[in-house]
Amino acid sequence: MRYLPLTDRDRRDMLAAIGVAGIDDLFRDVPPAVRLDGPVDLPPHQGEMAVERAFAAWAGQNLSPGRAPSFLGAGAYRHHIPAIADHLIQRGEFLTAYTPYQPEVSQGTLQYLFEFQTQVALITGMEVANASMYDGATATSEAVLMAGRVTRRNRVVLSAGLHPHYREVARTNLGYLGMETVAPEPDDDGGEADLAALVDDATACVVVQNPDFFGRLHDLSALAAACQAAGALLVCAVTEVVSLGAVKAPGDMGADIVAAEGQSLGNGTGFGGPHVGLLAVRQKHLRQMPGRLVGETADADGRRGYVLTLSTREQHIRREKATSNICTNSGLCALAFNIHLTLLGERGFRHLAALNHATAAGLADRLAAVDGVTVLNDTFFNEFTVRLAKPAGAVVEALADRGILGGVPVSRLYPDRPDLADLMLVAATETVTEDDADRLCAALKEVLA
Amino acid sequence: MSAPETFTGNRGLQLEEPLTFETGDPALSAVDLPPVPEAPDRLGGLAREGEIGLPGLSEPQVMRHYLRLSQKNYAIDAGFYPLGSCTMKHNPRLNEKVARLPGLGDLHPLQPVSTVQGALAVMDACAHWLKTLTGMPAVAMSPAAGAHGELTGLMTIRAALEAAGDARAKVLVPESAHGTNPASAHFCGYGVESIPANDRGRVDLAAFKDKLGGDVAAVMLTNPNTCGLFEDEILEIAEAIHGIGGYFYCDGANFNAIVGRVRPGDLGIDCMHLNLHKTFSTPHGGGGPGSGPVVLSAPLAPFAPLPYVVHGPDGFRLVEHAADSDGRPFGRVKGFHGQFGVFVRALAYMMSMGSDGLRQVSEDAVLNANYLLAGLKDDLSPSFDGPCMHEVLFDDHFLRNTGVSTLDMAKALIDEGFHPMTMYFPLVVHGALLMEPTETESKETLDLFIATVRDLARRAKAGEADSFHAAPRLTPRRRLDETLAARKPVLRWTPPAPAADAAD
Ligand SMILES: Cc1ncc(COP(=O)(O)O)c(C=O)c1O
Repeated sequence: MRYLPLTDRDRRDMLAAIGVAGIDDLFRDVPPAVRLDGPVDLPPHQGEMAVERAFAAWAGQNLSPGRAPSFLGAGAYRHHIPAIADHLIQRGEFLTAYTPYQPEVSQGTLQYLFEFQTQVALITGMEVANASMYDGATATSEAVLMAGRVTRRNRVVLSAGLHPHYREVARTNLGYLGMETVAPEPDDDGGEADLAALVDDATACVVVQNPDFFGRLHDLSALAAACQAAGALLVCAVTEVVSLGAVKAPGDMGADIVAAEGQSLGNGTGFGGPHVGLLAVRQKHLRQMPGRLVGETADADGRRGYVLTLSTREQHIRREKATSNICTNSGLCALAFNIHLTLLGERGFRHLAALNHATAAGLADRLAAVDGVTVLNDTFFNEFTVRLAKPAGAVVEALADRGILGGVPVSRLYPDRPDLADLMLVAATETVTEDDADRLCAALKEVLA
Repeated sequence: MSAPETFTGNRGLQLEEPLTFETGDPALSAVDLPPVPEAPDRLGGLAREGEIGLPGLSEPQVMRHYLRLSQKNYAIDAGFYPLGSCTMKHNPRLNEKVARLPGLGDLHPLQPVSTVQGALAVMDACAHWLKTLTGMPAVAMSPAAGAHGELTGLMTIRAALEAAGDARAKVLVPESAHGTNPASAHFCGYGVESIPANDRGRVDLAAFKDKLGGDVAAVMLTNPNTCGLFEDEILEIAEAIHGIGGYFYCDGANFNAIVGRVRPGDLGIDCMHLNLHKTFSTPHGGGGPGSGPVVLSAPLAPFAPLPYVVHGPDGFRLVEHAADSDGRPFGRVKGFHGQFGVFVRALAYMMSMGSDGLRQVSEDAVLNANYLLAGLKDDLSPSFDGPCMHEVLFDDHFLRNTGVSTLDMAKALIDEGFHPMTMYFPLVVHGALLMEPTETESKETLDLFIATVRDLARRAKAGEADSFHAAPRLTPRRRLDETLAARKPVLRWTPPAPAADAAD
């Protein structure tokens, strides 16, 4: 067995050195009744070739978005990831290290996390960011819990434009700590009434998403002012971080906490995970922030270095009084994010965002010209909502039959809302070609006819 | 401050590397993108203005930056990493290869289910292996890491209790538990009461039974526990918690000790998370990603969170909404369907090892730990009598009056080319040194490690404290000032203030 270096002779010698007759003696604290005397009912070990073949067969049963025109978004976006990024994250020194508990032999990890924190703070327009959360949905939920601690209030307003998974995760987590949610449902076109009207003096925070789930952009300034006047925090979720290269940053519109999904930079859609949650806050709320933080310091020779810091917020010190139970987070995904954004740089990030926006705008115009398709958005970044003349679920299936991943039917996330059944989310990133757009339009004409 | 020995500050292969923000030029980019087509902007007046402040580099500069950073890290690929409780075993590259296959690595989570039957088959197969290895009927796959699994498991327990009209108030957690256990209990709305250990390092059964009452929702036990010991009264513990209508949560971080030899289901456990990034060889990545599926007993299974995979007449189906569920899911804990990429890697590992190999894993892991114990027991102070399971715990008794601490030992080990053991955890012994070798270490490695630690222990006892305090000396950085970092937190780079003459 290729992963096991001990030989039978080693095992015998080691048992002798320990002073026991056999391996079972080492398991003597296990009650005899529960010791298995042979392998469980699963197949025996296999070589690389056999395992690889099995996975190739599974892969072959799926429609790879790399082989189909793909317009899927709704919280996960297919972008081109430069070759060097995947190469670098597979360096063993990054890939196979643990959390940087021993800083003298972890400066690589610590420095990239410090750079990552800086990047996240800059693109969100915030003051400080942590070293990552699991994903955008859990980061948003943690942001809400944090707002509860900061304001000592327990009423939370969740926008109808917040991704339904984010809403569900937040709702699931909040109840246990006695927090109550007000979560208006989207209108039949995905819009919602002014949230400022829902803010009162018991409100801990209002959670909005920008661009929202249906792709619309919002100027958050007025809502931020309303929150501030009522002593509540404004939490802004971002599911598509590339938008921050083109759209005004939440921090510049008055958000107090930004929770985002960082997958778009450096990380594939990967059937939903692992992704990387971003969390950025105002400096004054730092002590209530969950998750790991890397800080700058000096070593014994006075040279600059980095360490994990402010850990008195964390579970290993504070146990049940910690700001979160999170331990392992998304380190390697944060590295992929960090590398991709470093590769892009200021100019590349702006360019990528502009390219996404223009690609989506071009597609929206073309789709609007297809009979049976109405584009609902006045504003958007790289994703928008269309109303179709037929139920979107069936349309998407018919497109898949033609080898096209046409969009996400809103019914996939809102099955109990028949009035949303004809809506489809369409995303167009830089990976969408003219030919892809031609094929989508042609296929939609056929399917909707 | 001692002056750098070289003009550059570099020392041969140890190359200094500034932050990206301090290098390059914003005019550069390492990505060539097609031109932006002309189209009217749909941003509704919300275009981002002004500089973001990101640096610009070319591809060769980026390559060097990260390669140099990588060389400042210790890693399991480079050497022995006996970090107790973390199961730093070899990370097979086959796992990485299959996780990147087109059709697995690049799927979108919301593709039509008809186009991802192979991916759902992978999730189902991974679940099947985990259920079979643990002897449990169900598994919730979506938690993102161990702590997330703990929280998910406790939420499942709470849902089951509340469904029976029996919401309870507290969870019992041993003092030796990992910090995530009490934190998870708190975030599930439970009070935490700690249970003491006996002098054999296990749960004190009598004290535990005294704490049982109608307000106890669950006991949260790690088994083998964080002292590296099997809870030998576990069947009595299970019976007692079930006797008061509570549930038995097991922290499965240490499953590597028993995989293939003991099924948690046979121990009376109701709920246990598995750290796929420990027992099942997926890389820890410098702090994640992980994956923490939670196996569930029959009474808890109906309350498992969304989503989950079921096998229907037309293939696999993904149950994403309560209305489509036969059970009573308590909610959702994560976006999409869990850490799919980690499932792929863990499954590739399990299939590679097979049922026979996985049984050998726990045998060799336990053998290696006991070999460390045998080799070190005369020079160090083992906290408890053996045998141990997959990890061995020492306290700092052997360092008494030497002026050398557990931390100093760790730093001295770094100069010797080893990653230190876990220090100061668990909290139940003084100055803990917790060593977990795993099964993927050779006898030669263990022999060298034993000889090294013995040498250090003797040097400590011989009065060489000063050299310990100065360690490490051979690393890219020497000891770092953590107090300074916490007192004046600098958590991001900020541009230096412009020189006075640059202002207009
Ligand atoms: C005993 C124990 N429980 C729980 C955890 C938490 O697991 P994770 O870091 O995957 O959240 C760990 C590891 O960090 C652990 O060692």
